[in-house]
Amino acid sequence: MKKLTAPGRYSVLLVIIFLATLWFFPMWRIDLKAPQYPGGLTMTIWINDVKDDVDVINGLNHYIGMKTIHKEDFKEFVYLPATIISFIVLGILVFFWNRKTGYYIWTGIFTAIGLMSFYDFYKWEYDYGHNLDPTAPIQVPGMSYQPPLIGYKKLLNFEVLSQPHVAGWLFILSGVVLVSITFYEWKQSKKMV
Amino acid sequence: MKHYKLMLCALGAVIAGQSCKMKDTGTVVQGDAASKVYVAPGKYDEFYNFVSGGFSGQVSVYGIPSGRLLKVIPVFSVNPENGYGFSEETKPMLNTTAGFVPWDDEHHLALSQTNGEHDGRWIFANANNTPRVARINLGTFKTDEILEIPNSGGNHSSPFITENTEYVVAGTRFSVPLGEADVPISSFKENFKSVASFINVDQGTGNMKIAFQIALPGMSLDLSRAGKGPSHGWFFFSTYNTEQANTLLEVNASQKDKDFIVAVNWKKAEEYVKAGKGTKMKTRYYHNKWNEETHSATSELEQEVLVLDPAELKDMVYMIPCPKSPHGCDVDPSGEYIVGSGKLAALIPVFSFNKLMKAINDKTFEGEYQGIPVVKYEAALHGEVQKPGLGPLHTEFDGKGNAYTSFFLSSEVVKWSIKDVKVLDRVPTYYSIGHLCVPGGDTRKPYGKYVIAYNKITKDRYLPTGPELAQSAQLYDISGDKMQLILDFPTIGEPHYAQAIDAKVIKDRSVKIFDINKNKHQYVAMGEKETKVVRNGNRVDIYMTAIRSHLTPDNIEGVFVGDEVYFHITNLEQDWDVPHGFAIKHAANAELLIMPGETSTLKFVPDRTGIYPFYCTDFCSALHQEMQGYLRVSPKGSNVPLKYGIGDTAPKAVAAK
Repeated sequence: MKKLTAPGRYSVLLVIIFLATLWFFPMWRIDLKAPQYPGGLTMTIWINDVKDDVDVINGLNHYIGMKTIHKEDFKEFVYLPATIISFIVLGILVFFWNRKTGYYIWTGIFTAIGLMSFYDFYKWEYDYGHNLDPTAPIQVPGMSYQPPLIGYKKLLNFEVLSQPHVAGWLFILSGVVLVSITFYEWKQSKKMV
Repeated sequence: MKHYKLMLCALGAVIAGQSCKMKDTGTVVQGDAASKVYVAPGKYDEFYNFVSGGFSGQVSVYGIPSGRLLKVIPVFSVNPENGYGFSEETKPMLNTTAGFVPWDDEHHLALSQTNGEHDGRWIFANANNTPRVARINLGTFKTDEILEIPNSGGNHSSPFITENTEYVVAGTRFSVPLGEADVPISSFKENFKSVASFINVDQGTGNMKIAFQIALPGMSLDLSRAGKGPSHGWFFFSTYNTEQANTLLEVNASQKDKDFIVAVNWKKAEEYVKAGKGTKMKTRYYHNKWNEETHSATSELEQEVLVLDPAELKDMVYMIPCPKSPHGCDVDPSGEYIVGSGKLAALIPVFSFNKLMKAINDKTFEGEYQGIPVVKYEAALHGEVQKPGLGPLHTEFDGKGNAYTSFFLSSEVVKWSIKDVKVLDRVPTYYSIGHLCVPGGDTRKPYGKYVIAYNKITKDRYLPTGPELAQSAQLYDISGDKMQLILDFPTIGEPHYAQAIDAKVIKDRSVKIFDINKNKHQYVAMGEKETKVVRNGNRVDIYMTAIRSHLTPDNIEGVFVGDEVYFHITNLEQDWDVPHGFAIKHAANAELLIMPGETSTLKFVPDRTGIYPFYCTDFCSALHQEMQGYLRVSPKGSNVPLKYGIGDTAPKAVAAK
């Protein structure tokens, strides 16, 4: 079994540091802007919480029958930290084991976590935007309020912009590092043959 | 033919003569005045201008240079618009020893200071009629405290302030006997006193306390200013009626060539207080305080003041002769010059603090007034501004060595240089200016830039509105050598003094909402689940919540004619600019305006049976119109059970068996 190259081995620590930022910065931010909110409203999504103007947004959403957002309703806020912590522990093992195979498996797991997270986020947004209270005061035929996964969308009087926050970018960067290093390691091993 | 020509000439002369009018007030504005006062939509004014409301009893807030009205802060008068003085929580604010007083005449304002500069914490206001001093919180723009002043007949020389807000003063304009003594009016000379109260301000909470009162001889304390810089530790009061007349003052109080400026060494007074030289006097006065956590006011009866007698306690008070019934008594930014404005005088005397100190040290006195030394006029005089105008009233400063004095009779603002007491410029005001204000003009570091005239007479300045007109303020640019009129703006009430502060000092500290989690109101409903209706005898307490766009509960039954119903409304919103209003049909008081996170109470006593709609009065959302409910009032003694709710929990008709 082949050992990792030095850059490959230390990239494990880099990825761990990147992922640790999830506990210090939000993953995602959704900005809303409307004429009567000149300063805009922001909701930030953390690994284990939703913060900032959530209460204000909840207050507005009842008009169109969207569900209110409560930290307690998200099992993701329990699973996701547990998953990432397990993944970091695995990373430490990969670092000490120092084998390419370990790294490949680690990258594979990350890819799975990443894809599942985005799918879960999309599903939540879909449900949140489509599953409306049939007795809502304002009902616009055919209208749904699913926020964009990433990017800009106009929803009634609100303009919505969704994008990664610091920890989100570093999460994405972790993926880039992992895939690049995996490719690099694989090339290196071929050279040695 | 010749006759014809002559006639043409005569006609020409008549026509030409028509255009030879006196100067029109409309032609005075010239140049780029519009661009100087134009604050584009969405942009902010440079200064907050706090303007006393005069007989309105309130404080109005204008933006300068635009002259736009931003807010009216209720202080001494009830305000049905937001329930001030009508809600159960605010009623104690207007409590006095004479009971609930719903109005007053407010003349002067004083922004709190630190190191002689406006710090934007509070603004103080006086009530002239029922003597009181109020403190307004500049975070919430709400009246936080009102203190009644005992032994005062009319709180006019108030609420002037020391340079670190150590004291706010309250001097009586009408001297009266101490206590509540019943004496013949003609015994003025023996029994009447002019009391100057020194109110201590707690630097943390802002809470006021009468530290001591100085019982000066009976006369009228008119206006006042604290010393600053080198003169810090002294307070100066202008006086009139040192003749001690008690009737026809118009004539009898204008007899003496000179009245006085009273110089009070308050540091000395503090020493006497410390040494126990004051006399504790039984009296009564109310002290009303607002609590931001309970969203309620409390009213407490105080029963004692400490009185100092200046005839007995030497070196504390001196008199400076000042020509002809002085009104304004203003101290320049350096603290060295004291300007006395004799409202019947044809000159302005300027006194020097250094000279005054020297005169006191050298005992250059011309005699005594009721046991108080009178300094020789010339010994304290820095100089006289000759022929400044007619009827000087008040002076403000630009921090560049210039003074600006208002002239009521000649209706003008005169700019003069303090050092050489020379007139530099004069501009007319429309009409008959009273007070004036330079932003920061009473501080050690005035901003200069503008002078604002608060005129007593309006006449033709605006579109006529019947016999009763708005008051007229005028803004002048003083950044150049020549003062330039750039704006007229109407004001509410009748402004007397006003102050202006750099918007930056206040703007970012402005409170947006009250934290609902800190709401300690006795009748708060922390969420809709905690709403309820409780009967206790004929008292009914309704714990109600308001949030866009419903009041909870919105159906209430089981209330009877003659019940005392208290609607305690908690606004559950936590977002800026989402107040809710509350009104119920036939309520004999007013509406409530409830800010986010606040609880307010409206008392309602139904006098007849029926269904009483109630609703939100402040347009809050697209469904504001739906924010309404019903109170059912049944005959006294009927057996309608107490029921309440909203939606599914609303009381339902009992199905017939």
